[in-house]
Amino acid sequence: MPARVQFREDRCKGCLLCVQACPSGIILQSSRFNQLGYKIAEIPHERMQECKGCAFCALMCPDYAITVFKIEEDA
Amino acid sequence: MQEIPVTRYPEVLIDRPTHYCPGCQHGIAHRLVAEALTDLGVVERTIAVSSIGCSVFLYNYLNLDTVEAPHGRAPAVATGVKRARPEAIVFTYQGDGDLASIGMAEIIHCANRGERVTVIFVNNTVYGMTGGQMAPTTLLGQKTTTCPGGRCLEREGAPIRMAEIIASLGGTAYCARVAVNTVKNVMRAKKAIRNAFQYQLDGKGFSFVEVLATCPTNWRLSPTAANERVATEMIPYFPLGTFQDCAATEEV
Ligand SMILES: Cc1ncc(C[n+]2csc(CCOP(=O)(O)OP(=O)(O)O)c2C)c(N)n1
Ligand code: SF4
Ligand code: SF4
Ligand code: SF4
Ligand SMILES: [Mg+2]
Repeated sequence: MPARVQFREDRCKGCLLCVQACPSGIILQSSRFNQLGYKIAEIPHERMQECKGCAFCALMCPDYAITVFKIEEDA
Repeated sequence: MQEIPVTRYPEVLIDRPTHYCPGCQHGIAHRLVAEALTDLGVVERTIAVSSIGCSVFLYNYLNLDTVEAPHGRAPAVATGVKRARPEAIVFTYQGDGDLASIGMAEIIHCANRGERVTVIFVNNTVYGMTGGQMAPTTLLGQKTTTCPGGRCLEREGAPIRMAEIIASLGGTAYCARVAVNTVKNVMRAKKAIRNAFQYQLDGKGFSFVEVLATCPTNWRLSPTAANERVATEMIPYFPLGTFQDCAATEEV
């Protein structure tokens, strides 16, 4: 089932524990900084389709910065 | 097409940025407590007792009535709160410097008396808040600002295993040690914390969960390297598991 991951960029502290936890290896550290001065975590748009929707990233995030959605097609 | 959230953050977890360092696992421990209280439906009648350490501002992150205890004295304060309000669910949230050093007497006697309270003990092997001094839980060889050459057995003694000590006391109904370094361990930690509150709810006695956590800042490691250290150095000395379970219910 397709999934989408949303990062709250203002909350991310760039710890990369989500990167360590992701079984698909699709989360990367961005070259962008947030207002706190941290280099945020992100998933390149073209790799979002590889997301399994397992939410391991959210489970390991100490800053509650990740929300995972499952995408269901209408019947 | 519709999007269904897989992640749900409990309402009692206040939607606010934390003051914790990047990768600090106090945040995960807070969330697991919030989830357990929510799952058991006891949020409205829970009273927290926060301690001295980096988690001193617990009440900024959990929307609960909270009493701030002096350093190490949270189990004594919790005893008073629970005896005055026996219908309340009462827990302390303490670090290893707070609980195993200055507060050693309070925790031992609280457990031994079998007070119907829950203790969440976050062991990160240092005094985090004050700059990473040696704690009773600092591992042998671990360098801190007060043992710059590494903790030495002859000079400072061996690191104290609190979960094993607490489990040996007569009033302890439930005692477990968990970690939050992997997905599997976070799930187990969640179950253990829920068990601990369930035992209090059932009036079984004192319950205790030791959570192995990182302090990347004072360990002078990146958050991911600190997380790896939990597996390579902490868990071998502080084994995970359930050390006391008066009802031998759910295994964690
Ligand atoms: C009576 C008293 N003595 C000493 C201190 C200084 N102090 C503040 S926090 C702390 C240690 C906290 O370490 P820990 O409990 O491990 O919490 P952490 O910050 O690691 O989560 C100390 C010694 C204090 N606040 N009060
Ligand atoms: S939901 Fe799973 S697969 Fe998708 S980004 Fe998070 S950890 Fe990776
Ligand atoms: S785990 Fe959370 S805070 Fe850390 S990098 Fe990932 S999204 Fe950011
Ligand atoms: S000093 Fe250590 S325990 Fe305190 S917030 Fe930073 S990482 Fe967490
Ligand atoms: Mg500590």
